[in-house]
Amino acid sequence: MSDAHAPLETLPRSLKILLGTALLALAAFPFVGTDYYLQMVTRMMILAIFAMSLDLLQGVTGLVSLGHAAYFGVAGYALAFLTPPGEPVSLWWTLPAAVGISALLALVIGFLVVRTHGIYFIMVTMAFAQMVFYVFFDNKALGGSDGIYINFKPEAVLFDLENKKVFYFFTLALMVLVYVFLRRLLWSPFGRALAGIRVNEHRMRALGYGTFSHKLAAFTLAGALAGLAGFLWGAQSGYVNPELMGFHMSAHVIMMVILGGMGNFAGAIVGAFSFEYLLHVFKDLPTVGAFNLGKHWQLWMGLFIVALVILAPRGILGLLATLLKGKEKGHD
Amino acid sequence: MTKASSASEVLLHANKVTKNFGGLTAVNEVSVDLCKGQIHAVIGPNGAGKSTLANLLSGDLPPTSGHVSLNGQDITGWTPEKISRYGLGRSYQKTNIFKSFSVWDNVRLSAQSRSQPGPFNPLAWFTQAIHMKDVNARAERAIELAGLENRRHAMAGAASHGEQRQLEIAMTLATEPQVLLLDEPLAGMGQAEAESMVQLLLRLKVSHAMMLVEHDMDAVFALADQLTVMVNGQVIASGLPAAVRADTSVQAAYLGEDH
Repeated sequence: MSDAHAPLETLPRSLKILLGTALLALAAFPFVGTDYYLQMVTRMMILAIFAMSLDLLQGVTGLVSLGHAAYFGVAGYALAFLTPPGEPVSLWWTLPAAVGISALLALVIGFLVVRTHGIYFIMVTMAFAQMVFYVFFDNKALGGSDGIYINFKPEAVLFDLENKKVFYFFTLALMVLVYVFLRRLLWSPFGRALAGIRVNEHRMRALGYGTFSHKLAAFTLAGALAGLAGFLWGAQSGYVNPELMGFHMSAHVIMMVILGGMGNFAGAIVGAFSFEYLLHVFKDLPTVGAFNLGKHWQLWMGLFIVALVILAPRGILGLLATLLKGKEKGHD
Repeated sequence: MTKASSASEVLLHANKVTKNFGGLTAVNEVSVDLCKGQIHAVIGPNGAGKSTLANLLSGDLPPTSGHVSLNGQDITGWTPEKISRYGLGRSYQKTNIFKSFSVWDNVRLSAQSRSQPGPFNPLAWFTQAIHMKDVNARAERAIELAGLENRRHAMAGAASHGEQRQLEIAMTLATEPQVLLLDEPLAGMGQAEAESMVQLLLRLKVSHAMMLVEHDMDAVFALADQLTVMVNGQVIASGLPAAVRADTSVQAAYLGEDH
C-alpha cells in the first residue's frame, strides 16, 4: 500500500521494541565494556547525532548537502579556541556558544544555498564547505593543517567529563534528547511542511508556504545540531583538525544516513553505528599475498553500500522493518 | 450594466498583462476582471495562452508587462506564496498533489498553511500538527465540499483521476481563498464526476470570485457569467456568454463555422 521508496516515517511496533532494547544495551554497556570500546561507542553516538542532523535535510526535506561537515567541524574549533591552554572551560556556556556559531554559519551559508535546487544545491553546499575547510587549513592562526589540541574537557561542575563513563552517559543522554526532539519535530507543523517540500515544493508555494524560509530554518537547525556533535567530538578526542570539516566527513555522513535509512532519525543512528563498525571491520582486514585488504577499506565500504542500496533502498532500518513485518504476517 | 453595478466587487483585476517567452508572445495585453459571485470562463484552443494567463495571475510566472491587482492591492511580481496568502487559490491543469501522502494529509497540509507559526518560531517545532483544531476543521470542510469524505485515508497517488481532480479543488479550498483560479477542473472526468463538479462550482460561486479555464463547452455555458475567448495569446471576444456565442469572429476562429 505504501510507496516502497517513500521514507519510513512511522516505525512499526516491532522495530520500536528492537530500538528500545538496543537503547537498554547502550545504557548497560559501560558496565561491561573496556575503555577502548567505551570510547568507540561514544564516538558512534556522536556521529549518530551528526547523522540525525543531516537526516533532517536529506531524509525529511529532500535536500542533499555535501558540505554538512563544515558545521560539525566549526563547533569543534569553537571549543578549541574557547579552551585556554592551561585550564578547563565551563561546559555551560561553551556548548551553547559552539552550537550558536554553527547555527550562525549555517544561517549565513543557508541563506545563499537554499534558493538552489537539485544538483546545484549539492554543488554549492560542497563549495562553501570547501571554503570553510581551506580557511582553517591555510591559516596558521587557526591551527593550519595540523589542527589544535584541546587539553581539557569542558568543566561541567555537576559531573566530571574527564571520566570516560560520565562522558559516555552525557553523550548518550544528548543523543536520546536530539532523537526525541527531532521525532517530535517530524510531526510538528514545521516537520509536515518540510515533508511537503520534499514531495512537491511547487505545490507548497502555491498553497502559501514560504518554502525558502522553511528550508533556511531546517538548514540552520541541522547546522546547529551538527555543531552539537562537533563540540562533543572535539571534547572527546581532545583534538580538532581541518579533516573534521572536510569533504570525506561530509560524504561519510551522507552514507551513514543512506545506510541506516532516511527520514526517521532512528535510521541515522543505526547508520552511524553500522558505518563506524564496518569501518573498523574493513580496516582490520588481513593482507592476502601482496594485497593489503584493510588498506583499501573504502572499496569494501563502497561495494557494501552499493549492494545495500540495490537490495534495500530504505536502508538497514527499512530492511529490518520488512523482515519483521514478514515475520509478523507469518505468525498470523 | 451588470458590470457597473458589480464594479465594487471586482476582487481580481488584470490590466493588459503580457508574457513573452523569447520571441513568442504567449499572452498579449490581456485584461480580465474577476467579480465575487461570478464565474469568468476563459476558453480557447490549445496553445491559446489560457494556462499561461492563470500562471501570470497566480505568480507562478511574472508578467513581462501589465499589472495584476487583488483586493485593490497591486500584486504584480509577487511570489506565488505571497499571492496565495493574500487570498488567491488555484488548481492545476496537470494534477499537482502530494502523491505519497494520504488524501487527508494533502488537505490537512493545505489548511495548515494558514495557521502555522513561522518556521523560525519554536512553536512550529514543538506543537503536533494533527492536534491543530482550526486546521482540522478547515480541512474537514474542504474534504466535505469536494465530496472526498470516504476517501480520506486513500493514498493520493493511488486515487482515481477524478478523485485527484476533486483533491486539487479540496486543497485549494482548504486555504480559504476569495479568488479561485481553476485550470481545467473537469479534464479527463467521466460524465457523473463532471456533473457533480459543476454542481460544486455553482455552490462555490456564491462566495468566491472565480476564473475557470475549461475545454468542456457544455460546462462552460452552464457555469459562466462572463466569457473570454483567447486565440494565439490574444482576447478576441469577451462579455456575456450569449453575446460572445453570437460573435461572428468567435464562431469563425473557435467554435466552428457551422455553429
